[in-house]
Amino acid sequence: MLTPLEIEALSLSLKVALWAVACSLLPGIAIAWLLARREFPGKALLDGVVHLPLVLPPVALGYVLLVLFGRNGPVGAWLHDWFGIHMVFSWRGAALAAAVMAFPLLVRAVRLSMEAVDRRLETAARTLGARPLRVFLTITLPLTAPGILTGVLLAFIRCLGEFGATITFAANVPGETRTLPLALYTALQIPGGEAGATRLALISVALAIITLVASQYLAKQLSKRIGLS
Amino acid sequence: MLDVDLKARVGDFEIEAAFRADAGITALFGPSGAGKTSLVNMLAGLEQPTQGRITVRGEVLFDGDQGIDLAPEQRRLGYVFQESRLFPHMTVAGNLSYGRRLVPEGIAKVDYDAVVDLLALEPLLKRRPRTLSGGERQRVAIGRAILAAPRLLLMDEPLANLDAPRRAEILPFIEELRREFDISIVYVSHNMDEIVRLADQLIVMSQGAVVAQGAVDEINARLDLRPLTGRWDAGAVLTTTVAEQDSRDRLTRLSFQGGDLWLPHVDMAIGSPLRIRVHARDVSLALTPPSGVSVLNVFAGEVIEVGQDDGPQVDVLIDIGSPQQTHLWARITKRSQRELDIVPGRKVHAMIKAMAVDRSGLG
Repeated sequence: MLTPLEIEALSLSLKVALWAVACSLLPGIAIAWLLARREFPGKALLDGVVHLPLVLPPVALGYVLLVLFGRNGPVGAWLHDWFGIHMVFSWRGAALAAAVMAFPLLVRAVRLSMEAVDRRLETAARTLGARPLRVFLTITLPLTAPGILTGVLLAFIRCLGEFGATITFAANVPGETRTLPLALYTALQIPGGEAGATRLALISVALAIITLVASQYLAKQLSKRIGLS
Repeated sequence: MLDVDLKARVGDFEIEAAFRADAGITALFGPSGAGKTSLVNMLAGLEQPTQGRITVRGEVLFDGDQGIDLAPEQRRLGYVFQESRLFPHMTVAGNLSYGRRLVPEGIAKVDYDAVVDLLALEPLLKRRPRTLSGGERQRVAIGRAILAAPRLLLMDEPLANLDAPRRAEILPFIEELRREFDISIVYVSHNMDEIVRLADQLIVMSQGAVVAQGAVDEINARLDLRPLTGRWDAGAVLTTTVAEQDSRDRLTRLSFQGGDLWLPHVDMAIGSPLRIRVHARDVSLALTPPSGVSVLNVFAGEVIEVGQDDGPQVDVLIDIGSPQQTHLWARITKRSQRELDIVPGRKVHAMIKAMAVDRSGLG
């Protein structure tokens, strides 16, 4: 049904998106918590930086990543010298680009959901003998679960669709960084590639719809499970 | 047991409170905005006093001078909030054991089954908080607080969000709790009937300050506190024991120091202690022993004090006890007071309608 090339692009897209979301989950929750529950100098700045990928042209962001994580960039050189990891021309680079682009969506969903958690429940837990960390793990986090789920799935879809930052930063290497959108773009560059492009577009649409529907369903189930509705 | 002496600023409002609460139930009473909840939050460590000292059974929870300020989780004071604050993502059983699991090593745990039994929680254990009624939620919240083995239980208007029948349903549980678990309770309320029924001591707060503290009946007998303890609801508190049940007329006889009082049937065993509140508006006065009246309860006594009031009525404090003083309040019109010449020292007969002290007067 699918051609080997399509399967390659699809599985690469899934791999890149999964890694991107998995690696940004914990930092995302931590930053959402900082923004939702703490007051500190520079909070507005952090908020701005987190949201930057939403408003910046993806190509510009890809370029910033290239400057920082390229072979000669400050972080890229360090990663290469110490761990032998290179980002450019690698699926890791694609995952990084996708993660950065999707991060604001993740943080936003988690933060909104965390802000909605009744803080009086947290104080009640303290009076029952729970230290702040335990309160976070047993009260705040479980009650934020629907928001985390929504954030994760939104970020996942965003990762699947990432194009500009990826092609600028990680380039368009078949089997390594050529995810669905990049494969689609490549198909369009070839004369007579419209049929292939259409197929790839349909795969992308199907994937997005499946994820969105699953997200709605799971969020509802989860809310029910934790007794919120 | 609990010693408090603190000052605090809450917004543009000063709180200055010094009091001592002994074992039993201590009620913190005052109009809304008197600073009761802030004070209780300071006991629990949820708000910070600016200076002062809080100790429980000799252990310092807060000391402004020494810079001691224990975190809420280190204070081990149970807190039952007005809005039960049950954890929605846990079952009733999960809520109940939340604090119990956190009881520090070396401190005796509270018997889970005993609490479940006492508060009749067995049928609710598997349910989620959102499926419970208001009264059930408060029962679970009380159980949850008790199971954390607190040194002291703080209850902030635990019944304020409930309607009268629910309130009446929970009150016996709280009485039972004190008896069974021998726990001291600081009970915040602005409902004097609740306090009379439950509390041993009463602390009256007004505008951030403690204006009076003492035994519940003493405070209720004080005329100078009348603007705070309530006008329409004003009344004397009698500590009685159930002495006799008359099944034919469905009446109950309560005995107290001033004599006997007949009430509509009270469903309690003979010998049970019962504190009741006789509202001033339900007591009338006569100069001679009344005859040919339908009133069941008549007490001979002497006028001690006549209140001052701008309105058409006055409150009269009467002693009907012998040999010890037992106080009763009567509210009469100024005209009657003048015509009957009700002045301190005057011998009078106080009449209480049996129906006046009904179940609602009991709690």
